[in-house]
Formats: sequence, structure tokens, C-alpha cells
Amino acid sequence: MVVLDFILFIAAVLLIIGLRKLSHPDSASRGNTLAAIALALGVVVALIYPLETQNNNYLFIGIGILVGAIIGIISARKVAMTAMPEMVSLFNGFGGLSAGLISLVWLINNGSKGEGSDLGVVLFNLFLGLVAFSGSMIAYGKLSGKLKDEHLKIPFSTVVNILLLIVTLGAIFYFSYLGVLSTPELIAFLVISFIYGVVFVAPIGGADMPVVISTLNSLTGITAAVSGIITDNKLMLLGGVLVGSSGIILTLLMCKAMNRPLLSVIFGNFSSSKGEEKQVHGNAKEVTAADLAVQLAYSQRVCVVPGYGMAVAQAQKILKEVEEVLEDKDVEFKYAIHPVAGRMPGHMNVLLAEANVSYDKLLDLDDANNYLDTTDVAIIVGANDVVNPSALDDPASKIYGMPILNLAKTKNVVVLKRSMNPGYAGIQNPLFFKDNTKMLFGDAKKSIEHILRELKEV
Amino acid sequence: MEAIISFIEQNIEIIYLLTFAIFLGFEVISKIPTVLHTPLMSGSNAISGVVLIGAILLIRVTEPTNYFALILATVGIVLGTINLVGGFAVTGRMLEMFNKKKKK
Repeated sequence: MVVLDFILFIAAVLLIIGLRKLSHPDSASRGNTLAAIALALGVVVALIYPLETQNNNYLFIGIGILVGAIIGIISARKVAMTAMPEMVSLFNGFGGLSAGLISLVWLINNGSKGEGSDLGVVLFNLFLGLVAFSGSMIAYGKLSGKLKDEHLKIPFSTVVNILLLIVTLGAIFYFSYLGVLSTPELIAFLVISFIYGVVFVAPIGGADMPVVISTLNSLTGITAAVSGIITDNKLMLLGGVLVGSSGIILTLLMCKAMNRPLLSVIFGNFSSSKGEEKQVHGNAKEVTAADLAVQLAYSQRVCVVPGYGMAVAQAQKILKEVEEVLEDKDVEFKYAIHPVAGRMPGHMNVLLAEANVSYDKLLDLDDANNYLDTTDVAIIVGANDVVNPSALDDPASKIYGMPILNLAKTKNVVVLKRSMNPGYAGIQNPLFFKDNTKMLFGDAKKSIEHILRELKEV
Repeated sequence: MEAIISFIEQNIEIIYLLTFAIFLGFEVISKIPTVLHTPLMSGSNAISGVVLIGAILLIRVTEPTNYFALILATVGIVLGTINLVGGFAVTGRMLEMFNKKKKK
């Protein structure tokens, strides 16, 4: 037993080192392996650890692990990198539901009774697990396009949200005080917890998805930690807390990149703006792919600003080909990555890495802004709000104060866009009407293919 | 209120651990470059598959005749394993993709 406890301790240390390495580019791969080894050790210890009653049920455990491992490996192999956001949400939801089931089994094993704070902790965990589950499923639906934001409008969502929260937390304290709950009460609690997750995530969508995903991630971590308290396992507690706090850091980073407090993301769509927004006047000018190709070929520095539109159009691979052709012509080619571009933290980086774009060509916000000051042509591929100059100079704008990729000094800006419709935030973008901005309408991938053909003829 | 006090009494050791772990978590992942946002997220997501351990510990003390509880726990094990194994596999795949590029 002492040996097993010691192994568990080693696993905990390995897990910390693994996570530490995971947050540095050079060692990330090793970090991932270390963390996996740590948890594998934890699982082995859990299998043989001496318990008070040992019914073991190894057959069920074996089947469960086998089925889970097969499904996990196959889906991890098969998933396209472009589908990563929904895959992460799905896995995350499974973890949450697993924690919920742990609480349920505890309740069944203990006849829904608990002394002191036990019952309260278990119910709290049941709540967290189910919220992480149903929330992740809604997020999965949204990211995979199966659920549309406009179908998920919940009337008075903020009020409903707070009411449900009060009801559930109240119930947890009440039953904890009673020390027992009946089956119908348990079922009602399950239903309400599940609904809360839906209400929590449904109204948040579009550009706020990175915040939602990392919040849900953090929530599953917390529920894993509480499960650790319930089953008295320190490795679970530690692992859960580490995930919880790393999720919170990522969430806050995303919020900072949007210049919005977390509460405004969760409760209200956009904070109310002060006064009238500036009206945008003027006509957008169009450019043809052929003209743009010539212009690119004679530029010195070109910079692409990708956004969610690039992911939708699947334009990353063809962009990489443009990069190669232009580099043969001695044109410097970089990508400017905004921290909240796309639908999950780091979304653009994953897509471009999949297209074999070298990662020293990806500039983060500060480097990108320095680079854009001296860029000849900036090509905006499906990004909108992250390049909207209103964030800098229009205090009435809803996105005022958000750090953006500033194209004010860039010589020429070309926007690849389907139409003149405003972006997710529903805000007109004055950038489109500037003298040095030209529009290239149409599907981003087709437009870039067109540019590539023309480029090869220049 | 009583519940909270009894929780603190029962779990003082855990509360220490919890507090230190929170600080540790913030320290360990202080500065993350943008490239690693997604791998870190999916890697930490895989770590939350640690719930598998809880499911195993609980199914081991479940009555072998209580099929309802056994089935729930087994589903919990399946889901936890998907989260754990799938999460690490997908993160590994992603990081490999990043590494391949650097060697060129």
C-alpha cells in the first residue's frame, strides 16, 4: 500500500512536469507523453489499490477501458485538423459526463445518503459534470454547424441562467442539510443541471466560442478535482485542479484579447455602447484576381490576416501554395495571427500548421502589428472584427478598446470576402471603405485559386 | 453553513492541497505562446480524463448484483477512457505536426 501511494506521488510529480513542458514549444511533445504516462500509472494503481470492499468487477472495467480506448484512438486518428474545435468539445463533454456518472454511482452505492458534507459535495459534482456535458454538447453542435446560433435564442437567458443557478445551489445546500434525497428529487436535480448547461452555453456563440471552449474545459477540470475528493484520490484532485486553473488562464487570455470581461461574455452578448456609432460612408472598391496577382508579384512584403472565414472556406492549403510561388519570386510572406481569430484558442495556428506553413512565419499580435506597418499588401482572408479600426478610434463602437491588427500604415489592403455583410459582431467595418482598401468578392478558396493561377502566369 | 464547517473539518488536508494546486496551476502555465493554445487546451482536456480513475475506484466497490450501478459506472469508464486516450492521441498528433515543420 505504501508502495502504491508512492507510485501515485511519482505520477503526480510527472503530471506537473508534463504540463510544464506542454506550455513550451520545444518540449511540448515530451510533456504530452509524460502526462499520459502519469495518468496511466494512476489508472494502474487504481486497479490494484486495496479497498474496504473489493468486488472489483474487473470484467466490466476491462470492457469499459477496451471500448473507450478503441473509440478514442480511432476518432483521434480520423479527425481532420479542421474539425479540432468540435473534437475537443466532444471529448470534454465525455469527461464531464463521466464525472457526473461517478457521482450517480456514488449516490446509488450509498443509498442517496451522506453524512456531513459528503452528499453536498457529490451533488455539486453531479451538477458540474452535467453542466460540462450538456454545455460541451451544445458547443459541439455549434462548432460542427449542426446547431445554428439563431435556433438557440432563449428568452431572458440571463434571468433564467441566474434563477437556475440559485435553484441548484439552494438544492445542494438543502439536501446536504437533510443528508438524504429521494429518487424523484434526484431525477429533478439531474434534469435541472442538464438544462443549466444548455442555458449557459446556448446564447454565447460565434466569435465568443474560444472563451466558451476554454471555460468548459476548465469546468471539466474542476469536476475531475471534486471527483478526486469524493473518491479520495490525490492524483485526480491535482490533475483536475491543474486543468481547471490552466483553463481559467486561457479563458482570461481570450477575454483580454477581446477586451471584454468574462461576465459580459457569459451574460449579455455585447456590452451596450455609449452613444451613436460613427456612420460609415463611401463605396468599397473592387479588385480582380488578375490585378491582385500582378500587384503581389511585384511586392516586397506580403502579409495574410486569416480569420474564421479561412477555416470555413478551407483555404489554408491553397494559401500555402501562394506563399511558395511568391517566395520563389523573392517576396517575403507572413501570416498575422490575432489571438481570438477562429473558434477556439490557437485555431489559425493549427490550420496553418496542417497546411505545412512554417511556424516562424506566424506572427502574434505585437510582431504582426510591427510587420504590418511596413507591408506592401495585406490580404485579409475571412477576418473582420479583428481588423476593424473602430476598435481604436471610435469610442461608441461595441468593440472599442479591443486590441486589433492595425492596418492603418499598410500600403495596400485586399479583403477576400463573400459579400459586404458585417462580421459576427454585426458591426460595419470602416476599413473596407478606405482609399487603399480593395475588395475581392467570392469564396475565399476559389479567389485564392484564381490568384494562384494568375500568379503562375506573371 | 454547518455543511461548510463539517466539510472543512473533514477535509483540511485536501483544502491545503487544493489551494497549493491552484497556485501551482497558475504558475506552471504562466506564459503560453499562441501556437500552443490549442495543444495546451487539448492536452489539459486529456488530463481531465483522470476521472477514469474515479470511475474505476467506484466500480470496484459496487455490488456485483447491482446491474444498474454497474452499467452506469461502465459507461463512465468508457467515456473517461475516450477523453483520456483520445485526448492524448489527438494532442500528440497535433504536436507532431508542429515539430515536423520545425525540422525542415
